[in-house]
Amino acid sequence: MPGLIKAANFAVLALFAGLLIYAASGLPNRGDPTAVLHRDTSPAGTPNAPSYYIRNAYRDAATPNMVTVILADYRSFDTMGEQTVIFAAGLACLLILRRKRKKPKEEIEP
Amino acid sequence: MLVSRTLSPFIMLFALYVIFHGHYSPGGGFQGGTMLAAAVILIRLAAGGDIAQLQFPRGLGMPLGAVGVLIYLGTGVAAMIGGGSFLDYAHLPLPGAVAALRSLGILVIEVGVGLAVVGILVSIYDDILEAGDR
Repeated sequence: MPGLIKAANFAVLALFAGLLIYAASGLPNRGDPTAVLHRDTSPAGTPNAPSYYIRNAYRDAATPNMVTVILADYRSFDTMGEQTVIFAAGLACLLILRRKRKKPKEEIEP
Repeated sequence: MLVSRTLSPFIMLFALYVIFHGHYSPGGGFQGGTMLAAAVILIRLAAGGDIAQLQFPRGLGMPLGAVGVLIYLGTGVAAMIGGGSFLDYAHLPLPGAVAALRSLGILVIEVGVGLAVVGILVSIYDDILEAGDR
């Protein structure tokens, strides 16, 4: 039985690797101007947000790092949400894992 | 122990660089805060939990995280007080050009994010350790 499971694992892995390689063969070339990702407008013909960011990030915030401007300025609500999620995770760990020190000991001692 | 004691301050220094240099190079509050937390946890691993309390007490993590979140929210509210909408740094009640104010606002919230991340990661580590002890 273990041999069969191992063979099945390898089959699944090989299938997944083949799927990934097939998907990677369809990616556009780096910097290809005709690829949908790199066009100035979306397929529907409306202007894309990335080209706005690329053109105006330095002028708007005087910060050379475009990624920082997008994360902390254009999408600061999103970053605030991320921070709140981390805070909530820490709070949940505190409430679930940390126990009051004295009570359990009193229960165990007698 | 010697290795981690020597390495930890350099990790902290590089973490501060990552936080404050996020305007010019890859980096920012999340990345730098994680590295700061790594430096603190390295000392906890090497010296043991009780001695490491001298460096970063167990109860400090969550308050530091709350202060970080409040710095972020406070920046947003300060922009509202200055007459703009929430988190619109151009209306921070400070002198300066619009672009410079936005740059300053980004720096302030990155520091807030960094504080929150370091406090909360160390707090989670301590909680898991404490849960394993009993």
